[in-house]
Formats: sequence, C-alpha cells, structure tokens
Amino acid sequence: MAKKKMITKDIYRALGLRDDEYERILKILGREPTKTELAMFSVEWSEHCGYPRSRKYLKLLPRKGRYEVLVGEDAGGIVVGDTAIIFKMESHNHPSQVEPKQGAATGVGGIIRDIFTSGARPVASLNSLRFGELTDPYTRYLLRGVVDGIQFYGNCIGVPTVGGEIYFDDAYQGNCLVNAMSLGIAKREDLARAVAQGTGNPIMYVGSKTGRDGIGGCSVLASAEFGEGDAKRPTVQIGDPFTEKCLIEATMEALKTGYIVGIKDMGAAGLTCSSSEMASAGGCGMEIDISKVPRREEGMEPWEVMMSESQERMLVCVKKGKEEEVAEIFKRWDLEGVVIGYATDDKKVRVLHEGEVVAEMPTACLTDPPLYDMPYEEPAYIKEVRRFKPSNIKEPSDYNKVLLDLLASPTITNKAWVYEQYDHMVQVNTAVYPGSDAAVLRLKGSKRGIAVTTDCNGLYCYLNPRVGARIAVAEAARNLVCTGAHPAGATDCLNFGNPEKPDRFWQFKNCVESLAEACEYLNIPVVSGNVSFYNESPNGPIFPTPTIGMIGIIEDIDKRCTANFKDDGDLLFLLGECKDELGGSEYLKRIHGVKAGDAPECDLEIEKRLQEACLELIDKGAIKSAHDCSEGGLVVAIAESCISSEGEEKGAAISVPEIGFRKDSYLFGETQSRIVISCSPRERERVKKIASSHKIIASEFGKVGGDSLTFEISDKKVINIALKDLIKAWRGGLKKYVS
Amino acid sequence: MKFGVVVFPGSNCDHDCYHVLKDALGQDTAYIWHKDRSLDGCDCIVLPGGFSYGDYLRTGAIARFSPIMNEVEGFAKKGGIVIGICNGFQVLLESGLLPGAMRHNDSVKFVCKFVNLKTENIDTPFTNRCNKGQVLRIPIAHGEGNYYVDDNTLKALNKENRIIFRYCDKNGEVTPDANPNGSLENIAGIVNKPGNVLGMMPHPERCSEPVLGFVDGKLIFESIIGWLRKR
Repeated sequence: MAKKKMITKDIYRALGLRDDEYERILKILGREPTKTELAMFSVEWSEHCGYPRSRKYLKLLPRKGRYEVLVGEDAGGIVVGDTAIIFKMESHNHPSQVEPKQGAATGVGGIIRDIFTSGARPVASLNSLRFGELTDPYTRYLLRGVVDGIQFYGNCIGVPTVGGEIYFDDAYQGNCLVNAMSLGIAKREDLARAVAQGTGNPIMYVGSKTGRDGIGGCSVLASAEFGEGDAKRPTVQIGDPFTEKCLIEATMEALKTGYIVGIKDMGAAGLTCSSSEMASAGGCGMEIDISKVPRREEGMEPWEVMMSESQERMLVCVKKGKEEEVAEIFKRWDLEGVVIGYATDDKKVRVLHEGEVVAEMPTACLTDPPLYDMPYEEPAYIKEVRRFKPSNIKEPSDYNKVLLDLLASPTITNKAWVYEQYDHMVQVNTAVYPGSDAAVLRLKGSKRGIAVTTDCNGLYCYLNPRVGARIAVAEAARNLVCTGAHPAGATDCLNFGNPEKPDRFWQFKNCVESLAEACEYLNIPVVSGNVSFYNESPNGPIFPTPTIGMIGIIEDIDKRCTANFKDDGDLLFLLGECKDELGGSEYLKRIHGVKAGDAPECDLEIEKRLQEACLELIDKGAIKSAHDCSEGGLVVAIAESCISSEGEEKGAAISVPEIGFRKDSYLFGETQSRIVISCSPRERERVKKIASSHKIIASEFGKVGGDSLTFEISDKKVINIALKDLIKAWRGGLKKYVS
Repeated sequence: MKFGVVVFPGSNCDHDCYHVLKDALGQDTAYIWHKDRSLDGCDCIVLPGGFSYGDYLRTGAIARFSPIMNEVEGFAKKGGIVIGICNGFQVLLESGLLPGAMRHNDSVKFVCKFVNLKTENIDTPFTNRCNKGQVLRIPIAHGEGNYYVDDNTLKALNKENRIIFRYCDKNGEVTPDANPNGSLENIAGIVNKPGNVLGMMPHPERCSEPVLGFVDGKLIFESIIGWLRKR
C-alpha cells in the first residue's frame, strides 16, 4: 500500500467527509486510507447509509403493533397469518431533480430490489411526489419526466403502481421530492436475509454489468444541497427495467433452491455497501476480487468499481459447492452470475484488484458510523406565520367559484393523467383502483385484502412540525380505514433540509418525535424507512416532509369500501366535527395566496375513536361509501365522492343549520378527524348507534341524488353547481397544466 | 385439455393468465419457456402481455425470434388455438401470424384503464359465449396499441368478419371518442383467416374474477374452453 501522503483535504471533503471524520478514519486504520478505503468510508458514513445525524431520533419509532413485526436489513414488514408483507419507502429526490426520467425510474428500481432481496415478490408500488408550481416550465418538465420514468420502469417490470399522491408548492421549486414505495409478499418461512455467513462460502455477483454510472450518487449527490449551476448529471444512474424484471424472476427461482445463504441488492454505494453490510450482518468477513466483476466499461479504477451505483445488481452468499447451480439460473435469464470472493472468519472486508489488496478494514468500523447530536433551534418564521389573523381574510362572495377553482387546482384535481400512465392492474390483485382514499389489493388464496396509501401535508409540517407529522400518520391511517382496513404498519421517508442548520434540524427533531408518538398511540409499527436530508436549493429548504407509507389489512375483502356515492336517495352523514380552522388550508393558499397560521388540530384520542367507528360501520355493512376530509376540506370531500367514479357520478344535496363561525372555514377548512359517509335510509339508526357507541358525532346532513351539488347553511344556498360543471372542473385534471 | 402460457423474458402477464386459467377456471395449465422447442401437448397457447425483451427495439420484435415461436407458428398453421394478449398480440403481428402493425398510441403515452369493447363476431373459438354486439368492459394497458394495416387487408378483415373487437362507448357505439389509442377503425382484436389465432390488446385475464369486481373477460376464456371441449 502507498506510503506517501496521497489523501488531501480536498479529496476527502469532495467525498462528503468532515475533517473530524477523516481523523477518525486515520485512527481506526492506524495509517492513511487508500483511495478505495476512503471512498468506502465516505458512503458508509454518509447520511444515506449510516444515518449519523438522524439515528438518535429514528430509535424512537415504535416497532410493535397488532401483527408480528419484521425488521430486516433492507426492508421490514409484518406477518399476517403465514404471509409476510414486506414494504419500504425510499427517496430519489436529488437524482430526479437533476434527470427526472432516470432519477424516478431508478428510484422505483431501487426500492423494488429492496423488497425482492428479502425474498418477497413485489406486488405493488406507490409514489409520493412533490413539485414546485406548474406555472414554471421546469416544473412541468420535471413532472412529465418523473411520471415518464415511473411508468417506464414500473410498467416494464410488471409491478402495478397502485397509488400515491402529488402536491405542488413553491417550497419544492428547485428540489422536487420523489419518494417511491413498494411492497412484496412472501411465505413467512421463505424470507431471505442480507447476510454473508459460513467461512469459505462463495460470494457471487449477479445481475447486470458494472459501469461508471452513479458514482458518488449517495455520498455526493444525496448529501449536499443544490447550489447554483451544478453539474451533477453524471452521478445519476441509468435504469434497465427489463434486466430488473429478469433479475426478479431469477432471484425468486434461486431463493427456492435453498442454496442461498444471504442476498443483498447493490443500491446506494453499490459493492461497498453490499459487501461490508452483508459481512457485518453475518458477523464474518469477506474477501472479494473486483477484477472478477463483470464490467461494461474499460479501464475502471478499483474505487470506481466499488462506488459504482450501476443498477440491477445483487450480491449473493451461496452454499459452498452450489455456485454452479445458482449461476445456471441467472444465466438462463441471460444475466451475469460469477463468483467474486468468499466469506472469511477474520471480520474484515478485503478488496483485491489484480492480486493487489486495495482495501482492508474491519467490517465493524464501516457499519458503525459516527453518531452526532445535532444542535437545533426554532426557526424564525414560526413566530411570523403564527401572527396570521383570519379576520384579515375577506370571506368570498361566490362559493361556487371557490369550489370550482379548488377542484381544478393542481394538488386537488383529478390525477388520472398520472395514474393512467401507470399499469395499476398487472398481477391481477388490484381491487380498489387509484383515485380512492387508498388502493386495495387482494391477497391470492385468502379472503384478506391489503390496503395501502401514502400521505404527508408538508405545509402543515412547515407551520407546525409536531402537529403536521401527527396528521400525516393520522390521515394515512384514516385513508386505510375508509376502505375498511385496519392500519397495520408504516414506513417513513423523512425529507428535510440541511441537518447542519439548527432551524432545519429543529423541524426534523420535532417531526420524528411526533411521528413516533402518533404511531405508538395508534399502535402502528414503523418497520422500515429512509432519511433524505439536504433538500435545499438557492430558493431555500423544502417544507419538512415526513412522508408516511402505510398498509392495512381487510379481513374480508368483499367488505371493502370506496369513496364514491352509490345510490340516489342514500343518506349522507358526517362523522366528526367541523371547527373554525383555516390555517394551512389549500383554500387559504390557492384562493388567498396565504401560507400561514397553525396546522389544524389533531387529537389522537378522537382520531382513534373515529377510525374505530368507521371500521365497525364498514365491517357491519352499514355504509356504502366513506371518504375522509383532507385538502380542500368538507365540500371538496363531498364533491370528490360525487364525481370520482367516472360514468357513475351522483349529485348530492346538503343542508346544515347555523354554524356559528365563518362559512369559508366551515366549507374549506381542514379540520382533522372527519369522514363523509353514505348509507341506505334503512341504516340511519344503526349508523347513529354505532357512531355513538364510539362517542363519535354522526350528523345526518344530506342526501345523494340529483344532477347538482347543493349546500345550504341555515336554509341559504351557498353552493349550487351542476354535476357536469363539477366534472368539468375536476376531470380536466393535471392534463391541462402539462400539455 | 391443456393450456400453455409462453414465458418470454420480460413477459409480465404470464402469471396472471396462468392464475386465471388454473386457479379461477380450473384448467390444466403449464408455463412454456421461450427457449423450449416443444408445446408440451397443449391445446391452446397463450402469448401473454408484458414487455418481452423490454420492448427496447419495437414491441414484440425480438420475441418473435424465440425458439418457441417456430413451434407456435407450426401449431397455428395446423389449426391450433392461439390467443395473443397485448404484447402477445404484438408478437403475433411481428411473426406474421396476424396482419398489420402497432404504432405508438396517438397520445404517445402508455394508457391503463377500462374500456368498452364491442363483440363484432361471435362465431369464433374466442367469443362463442358472447352475444352478438355484446359490450364487454375490459382493461387495456399499453403504449403501442394503435393498430394499423393497409387498405386492402383492412377491407379483407372487414369482409371476412375478422375484426372481433372494436373500442366502443358504453352503448356499443363505435365512436372516435371511444378510441383510446388511435387504432384504425377502433380495432382492438382480430383473427387470422382460418379464425384460430386471435390477437387482442385488452386484457381479459384482468377481469375474470368476481373478487376484482369485473368478470367480462371470463367470457373469452370460457368460449375457448367450450370450443375445445366440443371439438
């Protein structure tokens, strides 16, 4: 190894390492690291892999719930009956901002590998997206590119994209968010682990060849803010969904043989992460010879091979003597399958290149990154936004116009332009399609269904991180409940600004603490997750956005419930209460251009009772539709139930007595813990009885039917819109903004 | 009676077709690997949807060279029942078992949604359980389903009643608005001259089970089963 001093400050800083971290590396090794070693440390200790800044708070997240919880190396899950449901959400924000199509595509590919590397066949994907305003041409380019990337990858690999959400706000201008979630199914006993074990067991490289794409993707691109005029495109990986599809099938086949000791995908930091983490998880060492790694480019340096984030590759530890059989399976699918090393007993990762040792270090030091206690302080803007006085907002004179404007606004409007580009039906499990509160999948061979959703309102989290994060959990659970599913488990994707800045870290700390409390209260384990810091551009930080992905279980899928009204003459009830809350609403933002106030309150005790009431109503077959009130408030929720099912649109007539506060706040305020339900008239008493047994107010306030939506407050019509005009405003959807 | 579902690399509706035939309809069903050279005694061959070879060159263009396609062609020429769904239809076009070609959808976007299909011909192995003119509600999911064929062939297809399905509205009217991809004359499915090979873009296997809420696709599989049984 080199004796002369080779590593300068510029070199390690360019890799994202701090001065004190470099000092620590010198101490661990007792010498100067090689370039390859330095590269390995830089990725393993980056926030993306090692969570040095966030770990302290991530430990707070609960791991227990209704069902047995599995926390694996790459993803986690729950066990229902003898079925393991494995799921995880991950960000691909920076790559998507730089190169939207490939950034989003490889985000999908990466999260899907995290699922099938655990032995679970991926059965569904979701995407939670945030962009700047669509008035900006670059935002439109991003939206088109991201959706194109998701459809390009997701459709080809045959995993349905069944749901997700999209928000538009200036806060994401310059730094969009692309959070991809995937879930998979396996028999409990068929799960695989990401370990290397058994001295002498061969380590195989399978999948695609290695190139120079994505070098430094996680340590450089994902671990710094966007500055002006950056040229980071070469750090984005290129996706090949066809190869991934073959890799899924080959991996599933290989796992069935029983010859696989452990398997891990090469995601962030490629070979570096997979080799050291498999060795560390298995409590052993590993020696690999990277001259044996299949390449698609000539002349790659050892550190480039170790750092490459070329896609569609896995590392596999195989039972000794079975390497030929395993290689045969991958070759049958026209994939690479070569032995590049073996497990050792010295607890060291040793990397050879053409007979020379280019890296050698204890596995423990790589997978035991530093832990920082980051300083935090309340940001100055908090006091500013709390000064908001609703009395300064003039009540509109034409509520029809407000409703139509909201229904046509980018965040609320119909998203068919997006989800119709995604194959959301392949694998023939989708029983509730995108566009409802949550997607529902049937579980083949059982009566059960799985409901799945993602949620987070970043504006709420900006105004009040504690309440905003609580609402993200409560609303995700409520979405599931509206389909009849019991919330069973969550994954989180924590998108924040630069953690080195105390005001940003204050947002992070408060959001995560609150997430933990809310999940604990609602008995929802957080089984997996991802942290994405440094989401800032010259425009400033994004809204704090702790996206929640959540799954729920429906015991009898035939009882599933949807959001749309079903039959003329059905009664409408509101479960829950309306309060005078305007802060953080889409109405304030879109109609008045104000992003201020406080987030709406969210009382978890009420929320829990509301959800239990709704679940009982659905389970007993008392109601025909359920839809929660979220962005746009009560009237938008009702309008969506009127028109969300194409070709089966229904009118509705609502009448409420004197409300005692501002009409706009009643109609469009975003008070939490409310669900609009409909039922047959003969179920009236049963609905009231069930609701009251959970101490939830169920107010009958209207009827389904007619060819318009009308809303009366103390006998005065404030809204009266023909169904066809509602449809026109909403169904035009995102298409009109992007084409 | 045995069904064979061909697996090309990149097929992704193979499991769905297998599941519906085997689990929902109780038929003897086998997967057939694209590198194989035998159809394993099957009475009906399904070329499933998906992205064979990633569809990187042109949909179905590489898959048609898979060894198994020689067998499928021989089987079809002898009157064997072949149904190509979505990518399977594209493979049939590329292999010349059916006439015409697929262009990108006129929206230049992939589209996944339910459409209405008018059953134009019920005297086929694939539609004998349908009523004449019956409107089926079936999903599509494709980027290249914009069917094109030259004028003379189109005339022949019409004359010989070989256009089996057209996109229509819910009342069975074949209108430009009901056309999801720009397909010539709203064509969604055609058969070869002898009528034993069907290519269709919509996915009957996605609407063949009551639990999913839609069952019109089952009519197509049941037609095949009934036809094979009678033979």
